Amino acid sequence: MTRLRNLFAAPAAALMLVTIGVPAGIVCVYSVLSRGAYGGVELPWTLENYSRLIDPLYGGILVRSLALAAAATVICILLGFPLALFIAQSGTRKNLYLSLVILPFWTSFLIRLYAWMFLLRDTGLINTVLQSLGLIRQPLPLLYNNGAVLLGLVYGFLPFAVLPIYATLERLDKSLLEAAADLGARPIAVLTRVTLPLCAPGIGAAAILVFVPCLGTYITSDLLGGSKTILIGNLVQNQFSTARDWPFGAAVSIVLMIVAVLLMFTVRRRGEELL
Amino acid sequence: MKRGLAVYAVAIYAFLHLPLLILAIFSVNASRFTAWQGFSLQWYAAMLADRDLLESAGNSLAIAVASTALSTVIGTLAAYSLWKRASNWLAGGLYLSLVTPEIVTGVSLLALFQWAFRYVDFRLGMHTVILAHVSFSIAYVVVVVLARLRGFDPALEEAAQDLGATEFAAFRRVTLPYLAPAIAAAAMLAFTISIDDYVITSLVAGVDSQTLPMVIYAMARRGVSPVLNAVSTTIVVLLGTLVLLSERLRRA
Repeated sequence: MTRLRNLFAAPAAALMLVTIGVPAGIVCVYSVLSRGAYGGVELPWTLENYSRLIDPLYGGILVRSLALAAAATVICILLGFPLALFIAQSGTRKNLYLSLVILPFWTSFLIRLYAWMFLLRDTGLINTVLQSLGLIRQPLPLLYNNGAVLLGLVYGFLPFAVLPIYATLERLDKSLLEAAADLGARPIAVLTRVTLPLCAPGIGAAAILVFVPCLGTYITSDLLGGSKTILIGNLVQNQFSTARDWPFGAAVSIVLMIVAVLLMFTVRRRGEELL
Repeated sequence: MKRGLAVYAVAIYAFLHLPLLILAIFSVNASRFTAWQGFSLQWYAAMLADRDLLESAGNSLAIAVASTALSTVIGTLAAYSLWKRASNWLAGGLYLSLVTPEIVTGVSLLALFQWAFRYVDFRLGMHTVILAHVSFSIAYVVVVVLARLRGFDPALEEAAQDLGATEFAAFRRVTLPYLAPAIAAAAMLAFTISIDDYVITSLVAGVDSQTLPMVIYAMARRGVSPVLNAVSTTIVVLLGTLVLLSERLRRA
């Protein structure tokens, strides 16, 4: 009985150990070493990689990443809540509407960002249409700025906000809403005084599920932000490629990882189980 | 209020789906500029004549098939084992692989490989990409298969064993057939994630293992091109079909 179970768990456990446990250990060690002369790492031990994070140069990147991720989170929840409400109220068509939210989520994030490049660039569809309507003379600088990155994040992670909110709405005890209405609450009052507070756990989960991947994003800022919008993700990537400063990249990774894991575990605690 | 919500929903669905639809329309535009000049499949022809694209698509396909096969088998076995008895260590590890930001997973694996290459004579290549893909897609397989196992009555397995089946035979002849749709759905999901990944792949790929997303990324960074519109449309249609099929199977 237990033998078969252990045998079945062994390959996954071994793989997790080798591809998650060991690399995490290596990155931890690298993060307190010094940068090697030709890339790589060398002694002595140091905590300088962590203190550099507070350096104004990198602090700015940190603040910008946090601000963009927070803004994307708020917008995703504001946009996502009414949609979740709509899906939850749509009876037999629920599955169809839900699939329409999930489908873009599974079809190539890279390509969906490229689609926005197609729309936003100087000679893109939006500028072309506005110009041919005579509304603008010069093309609007829509691409390669913080706004474009924010748009890309909202577009990419909106499904992450809709799904958990929908899940809590779905489990909501409908008789509570009816009771409120019977007692004379207007629909708006039912929404703000009953539905919204009961949805708080779902909204909390949605916030974390959007915030964490947005914070660690790398390709959104690289493609839509151009070289102007450097975020934590790009910082990490740079240290491991062009800058060849592995210890600093490792330190940033560790911080990013700790934030992500702590936040995600609060979702799990709340019972929004992924596993 | 209901009316307003419906109008709102249409607007959000348009926001989610129109960009790809517009891209698809312009992929069959005769002009390379953002003005409609009539229907043409020339960009699709150009796509099929592009050596880089074809070669990387071949790599992506090989990687996706190999990593899907491995992660589906390993993930299904792990899900079964977790269903028999919860293991905080294994579940925790899988959960960690799910929530770690991609860029962190990528650089960690790169650090692992570079460290290991000091002791074994290997380079970055297809095998490192496959290992990375198996590692991050197992958790998805486990989630999907475990969801189906939660609806499975363990008494069925016990009955088979009471009737003389070995533990393994009971698993193979009773549980596995019940899991089949979920396993198929999980495999399609793993395939989709693998063929789509850029961030992790680009960090652990070697010079001879350029994948399709890597070529697309390089093209996109250079700017918009009609060939890229055609490539994007093709991928979205193929992956979209796969995802819909997978959703179907999960609900079966």
